[in-house]
Amino acid sequence: MQSLNARAAILSVVIFIVIVAIWEIANQPPEVKEALTEYERLLGGSEQQARVPNPSEIGALAIKELSDPFYDKGPNDKGIGLQLLYSLQRVASGYFLAALVAIPLGFLIGMSPLMSKALDPFIQVLKPISPLAWMPLALFVIKDSELSSVFVIFICSIWPMLINTAFGVGAVKRDYVNVARTHELGKIRTAFLVILPAAAPTILTGMRISIGIAWLVIVAAEMLVGGTGVGYYVWNEWNNLDLTSVVFSILMIGFVGMMLDLMLARATKLVQYVE
Amino acid sequence: MTQYFLNAQGLKKSFPAPKKNGEPLTVFENVNFGVNKGEFVCIIGHSGCGKSTILNILAGLDEATNGVVLMDNKEVAGPSLDRGVVFQNYSLLPWMSTLKNITFAVKSRHPEWSKEQVYEHSMKYIEMVGLKGTEQRKPSQLSGGMRQRVSIARAFAIEPKLLLLDEPFGALDALTRGMIQEELLKIWSKTSQTVFMITHDVDEAILLADRILLMTNGPFAQIAESVTIDIPRPRNRTDIIHHEHYYTIRNHIVEFLVKRSKELANPELREVSDHDDSKGLRYPPEVNPATGSTQEVTHPVANEETVNPDKNVVNMQ
Repeated sequence: MQSLNARAAILSVVIFIVIVAIWEIANQPPEVKEALTEYERLLGGSEQQARVPNPSEIGALAIKELSDPFYDKGPNDKGIGLQLLYSLQRVASGYFLAALVAIPLGFLIGMSPLMSKALDPFIQVLKPISPLAWMPLALFVIKDSELSSVFVIFICSIWPMLINTAFGVGAVKRDYVNVARTHELGKIRTAFLVILPAAAPTILTGMRISIGIAWLVIVAAEMLVGGTGVGYYVWNEWNNLDLTSVVFSILMIGFVGMMLDLMLARATKLVQYVE
Repeated sequence: MTQYFLNAQGLKKSFPAPKKNGEPLTVFENVNFGVNKGEFVCIIGHSGCGKSTILNILAGLDEATNGVVLMDNKEVAGPSLDRGVVFQNYSLLPWMSTLKNITFAVKSRHPEWSKEQVYEHSMKYIEMVGLKGTEQRKPSQLSGGMRQRVSIARAFAIEPKLLLLDEPFGALDALTRGMIQEELLKIWSKTSQTVFMITHDVDEAILLADRILLMTNGPFAQIAESVTIDIPRPRNRTDIIHHEHYYTIRNHIVEFLVKRSKELANPELREVSDHDDSKGLRYPPEVNPATGSTQEVTHPVANEETVNPDKNVVNMQ
């Protein structure tokens, strides 16, 4: 008997093949009954309606695109790798700015019941706002579409990090705090030796939720802002009626999102401790 | 009149009433006792009589509603490295290795020491509790007994003036407990630490202590007696039970815990505290069950200059 992982992998491959096969077989162009006129051939063969592309077409495009992902032939024709890098760079800037604000602020809220109560109404009102609702205001105030999309990432990834940091810091076990107190650790040493490591798994969980949300939002933000990035790419291919590229880029967005999540999951594991 | 090294005077702890017209809950009151330098004192009482609260007040982690604790004639205000604490649940930091759990404490005690000094000092205490070879393991990779050894090593490594042990062996099985008790005795005899320890285990208390404080049941718990254990040291688990005083002392304490701790707790039966300021505080009588002698102890109220005048030193009821 193989291990559970091996069996799960085999089952995954089987499910994949079945779905792709059904998709491919059920989605064939109608058969040609009589010879096509030249006009019909120019319009795309026997197809009277556009179809969702077949897996084989998407596969062929993927091989072509991924063999040269970083080409740049002007504003409307850039490789998928290049577009993903633009998006990743925006996500990274907004996300790290958010971490820079959220983690110290979360510490403050977690340590001080006063600040926690005082800031709670602001957080509760600002948190449920769709990040894209900030876009017009951001464009007006910042007057730069690039920075505005970074701001949107910032505002959407700040909340889970802030709330998890505050919760993690506030929930540090009394015992650990007492250890710090009986050993006369100063404020700074207590924060770095005791509170931060104790709250780190919760903080990292918040960061993992944030990166997921940031990656969801960047696609939408780039569709609005345009210019570069994978969101713009999807929308541009839709305007080109190139559905094969649309499906391909959807899959790429999913793949990159998975990699980001995996990275944060690894980092969370590093700071995890067993009581 | 001799001054105790550690002196608790008129300690009282009460919690505000849970509801508006309710009565506030007084856990203990009129708690007076002293501990001499180098002495090993155990405190025994039923759950809920406030033993842990007393220990936390001594440690500076909790505050008494009334009363004052003096150590070396200085008032205890807040936690300090002069008072090492070992908690029942070990209180090791789980993300640090055994070694780091001790070095961070040693570093706090001796910030001026070099890395090598800190390492050597820490390793000395790890060896003392027999954990050499496990210093790189995380607490989660150690058994309960080993964790408590680390915790004891940490407390001894900072060489505090007073060591506070809060039921340190409560979570351990009987075999491990016996072993660590003897280790604790061995280390204690080498270092002549002053120790104040909470326990539920009468045999453990007799094995370890010079004196055992007996508490009545809560609420309104008090320290009723201070029992002198005159069994000579060095003691060990197997020989101590053959000592002629062992069962006299043991029976006295068990009888107290089973019967008198309840009777004394009954407010109607409890004698009214009859001290006044001129006579000083009434300390629990020192009882020697082996000889049958009972000695009343009084101490003067602490000098004005040693006590924070804001604090109410004497708690009159």
